[in-house]
Amino acid sequence: MNFLDYTLEELHEKLVNKEVTAVDLVEASYKRIEETDESIGAFLGLNKEEALKTARETDERGIDPSNILSGLPIGIKDNIMTKDVTTTAASKMLEDFVPVYDATVIEKLKEVGMITIGKLNMDEFAMGGSTENSAFKLTRNPWDLNKVPGGSSGGSAAAVAAGQVPVSLGSDTGGSVREPAAFTGLVGVKPTYGRVSRYGLIAFGSSLDQIGPFTRTVKDNALVLNAISGHDSRDSTSYQGETPDFTEGIDNGVKGLRIGVPKEYYNEDAKEDGVIKAVREALDLYEKLGAEIVEVSLPHSKYGIPAYYIIASSEASSNLQRFDGIRYGYRSENVESLEDIYVKSRSEGFGLEVKRRIMLGTFSLSSGFYDAHFKKAAQARTLIRNDFDKVFKEVDVLVAPTTTTTAFEIGGKIDDPLAMYMSDILTVPVNLAGVPSLSVPCGFSNDMPVGMQIISKHFDEQMMYRVAYAFEKETDHLSRKPSLKGGE
Amino acid sequence: MAINEETVKQVAKLAKLEIEENDIHKFTTEIDSIIDMVEQLEGLDTEGVEGTYHGISHHNVWREDKAEKGTDKEALFKNVKTRKNGYIEVPAMFDNGGSEA
Amino acid sequence: MNLETVIGLEVHVELKTESKMFSPSPAHFGAEPNTNTNVIDWGHPGVLPVVNKQAIEFGMKAALALNCKIATHTKFDRKNYFYPDNPKAYQISQFDQPIGYDGWIEIEVNGETKKIRIERVHLEEDAGKNMHGEDGASYVDLNRQGTPLIEIVSEADMRSPEEAHAYLETIKQLIQFTKVSDVKMQEGSMRCDANISLRPFGQEEFGTKAEIKNLNSFSYVKKGLEYEINRQEKVLNAGGELQQETRRYDETTGGTLLMRTKEGSSDYRYFPEPDIPNLEISEEWISEARESLPEMPKERQARYVKEYGLPAYDAVVLTATVEMSDFFQETVEHGADPKQASNWLMGEVSAYVNSEQIELLDTALTPKALAEMINLIADGTISSKIAKKVFKELVTKGSDDVKVFVEEKGLVQLSDPSKLIPIISETLDKNEQSIEDYKNGKDRALGFLVGQIMKQTKGQANPGMVNKLLKEELDKR
Ligand SMILES: [Mg+2]
Ligand SMILES: [Zn+2]
Repeated sequence: MNFLDYTLEELHEKLVNKEVTAVDLVEASYKRIEETDESIGAFLGLNKEEALKTARETDERGIDPSNILSGLPIGIKDNIMTKDVTTTAASKMLEDFVPVYDATVIEKLKEVGMITIGKLNMDEFAMGGSTENSAFKLTRNPWDLNKVPGGSSGGSAAAVAAGQVPVSLGSDTGGSVREPAAFTGLVGVKPTYGRVSRYGLIAFGSSLDQIGPFTRTVKDNALVLNAISGHDSRDSTSYQGETPDFTEGIDNGVKGLRIGVPKEYYNEDAKEDGVIKAVREALDLYEKLGAEIVEVSLPHSKYGIPAYYIIASSEASSNLQRFDGIRYGYRSENVESLEDIYVKSRSEGFGLEVKRRIMLGTFSLSSGFYDAHFKKAAQARTLIRNDFDKVFKEVDVLVAPTTTTTAFEIGGKIDDPLAMYMSDILTVPVNLAGVPSLSVPCGFSNDMPVGMQIISKHFDEQMMYRVAYAFEKETDHLSRKPSLKGGE
Repeated sequence: MAINEETVKQVAKLAKLEIEENDIHKFTTEIDSIIDMVEQLEGLDTEGVEGTYHGISHHNVWREDKAEKGTDKEALFKNVKTRKNGYIEVPAMFDNGGSEA
Repeated sequence: MNLETVIGLEVHVELKTESKMFSPSPAHFGAEPNTNTNVIDWGHPGVLPVVNKQAIEFGMKAALALNCKIATHTKFDRKNYFYPDNPKAYQISQFDQPIGYDGWIEIEVNGETKKIRIERVHLEEDAGKNMHGEDGASYVDLNRQGTPLIEIVSEADMRSPEEAHAYLETIKQLIQFTKVSDVKMQEGSMRCDANISLRPFGQEEFGTKAEIKNLNSFSYVKKGLEYEINRQEKVLNAGGELQQETRRYDETTGGTLLMRTKEGSSDYRYFPEPDIPNLEISEEWISEARESLPEMPKERQARYVKEYGLPAYDAVVLTATVEMSDFFQETVEHGADPKQASNWLMGEVSAYVNSEQIELLDTALTPKALAEMINLIADGTISSKIAKKVFKELVTKGSDDVKVFVEEKGLVQLSDPSKLIPIISETLDKNEQSIEDYKNGKDRALGFLVGQIMKQTKGQANPGMVNKLLKEELDKR
């Protein structure tokens, strides 16, 4: 049983036909983890006993043929609250934190009968683009173990890419699902802000965060998004409109659609030209399939990185203040005063990158700098959002590379925070605008997967899936499997 | 140089962080280059532009005033390091400031 | 130097909702520590706030009662600071768009009316409670965390501790009438911080202010301000300079103590709360809130004078608290004569409540019972002397039907001549000497006889009737 050989629909069919049981799938998942995770390092914690128990119960009850996700294993990024299952956000701060409630997405997954295999590694508090900022372990890219899987949801990406689980959840504040999906040859989605409840997601940038699925195929992805979407009265920023079936119309093709090519996203001088080349080839294919390719402009794109880093870090600086060593989480030993509890627990509990962002955010909100930093960034955000609104009057989707390069070497950027920040240049404007975006594998560069981003209007995920599906159907990038070995 | 070590120390104090004396120089340089980068925004004309502070633009989201039983106390105390008689125990406060509500 | 005192007050009032401002846990505390709390109140990772609509409406009503304008576009902001009773390390509050602004109230000091402007009324969540232990530890109870609050910020319009006191009394009275809060300082549902500075008379700009916290009663406010005037005066008169600082009222000494200077004050880093969408308050909602406001003290006073013919003095006393005013209103609605109801409430009832140190609503007396008693006096069923006895019973034990009660207890006044005459005759038969004295013009004799008859009837005889019948019987002898 290898998850890399099947789609979710195929696994479901096998369950319905009793070729396999839910217990078989869960055991296959743990077996694969046992075989591969020593070198991949995707999981921070496993939920074996509970998962097997749920699987047995599922088998006893019998698989509901109309419930496609029932009995299927899933991995969860470790910043999503799972009741009674340690949730750390890959931080020493929460090393032994046991949640007392389930995130809304976890409740929803339980409702459809998906089985949580374990918790996945990430950059600490989702801050980073390589998963090297985890306080606990390094996660490696299954395509080349010397390379990063991307981040911050690197564990979620690596686990699916290595066939440990057929699907996982990540979170995306500035590209943290799409970038690792691109680096590991997966489909990764950042839904429209408000589509998926944030209740139970450890907040990073509250106005930017969205939970999204990693899958191998486009349709699998739509199926999982179906399960986790919907209005949640516990999240006031949750969308109150309808939740459509995201697989509906997925096979309608691109004939007659207008595909926008934002010129700012195609830096032809980029140091890895294989990426843009792969995306250009995809555009040619779309044209062949009957779409109209239109060059458009998102003129404020270059302000995306500065605006994003100010907004996300400011919100994070406030969100992370609750980690004060008092009610839960790490508390420094040798504390003599209240001030010690605060300062020592936070200084010892948070890693370097988290501290950098807290510092930047605290600075950007402090009196004297608020107007030039936080307010200015919020205004830039409006202009960026307006750019998207404007182009979506002309085109149905935007297509661009997800990242400027393929996965980079472990250690390659870790000492240069600014270089690391710049790698989000093509993903952050999407979060600032709140629109949905999907990264789909579109080829290879230097033997590493290349991701293509498909961006659609607010709450028009159907269009995004449809355009991605049309591409996936005509190509066979999926047939190539990761080596699970180090590169040359 | 947009900021100096003094500013970094002040900001760290607000954030309840302690930057070790050995690291302060490197940290200041890093933060400074990040701040230089974000200050590219200075070049953007935002005259008269409303800021966007939320991820979604709807308004008036509220609930009716109905009380629900609280979370089980023992569950809440599961992650508490020091407790006494049903209270969370912390070292005494020296400034005795009381809350700022 | 002749210095003028300048005072501004910040008053926090807890709103009487069922659930908390941003979480559904129960908003009433006093329960075991940390029992009326949930993961939201504890600021657990991943939790989110959801606004309590009732709290918005209560805040709006309070602001309207203080003559504020209501913001049609408003929002919540985060105020960041670390403290053990503040679990998220930020308080959700309102920064630059308070729900109410530009209000005013009228206060009365030494018979003079003065207008005090209100800068703003904003909504926020309360913090938990810190108990300071003897053992070098503090103890945190989060039951109060998240209780809805309004903060009422006055302009610096008060010029004496007496004005500050009158301002607080008036705020308390007005909010009480809106019924959105209990406004009890001793229970913490109303709390006050004061900003005070001095300046030479005639100078326009303010002097350096001190903020006094922990003013937990009306008398502390007065004492704390008086102490502070003295302290600041001394420094200024000695040619010294004040520093802007936060001080704390010390209950044991009646003075104020330095907590921190301005340099030590924090930078709250306010920014719009990303978890709560903005609020658009419609004009319809504002008018509904305005219309749903109960009749306020001034309106009630005018009506009592006009409709019930009460003296203005009575009207003011009766509207000092909403409990008294509502009690009076209901007593009248149960058919009591307004002036009689007023006399009883201002007299016996107030005396009882004061001597027992309890609240009107905590006595057994009901408006219905009071009205029934007043009517029994009016129609002569009971004497006013007996009424005092009946009142004692009503206020301590209560009664569902005062008429039945007085009949059962045999307290009904005896006015029937056919029952009184035999008693009078019997008394006269036993007191020949008094008859003689009466005939000889000694008036004292009549008093003595009436006393004997009253004694005979255990005080139930109608004294007027006894007088009349006695004279008739005497004349017959
Ligand atoms: Mg205040
Ligand atoms: Zn306040």
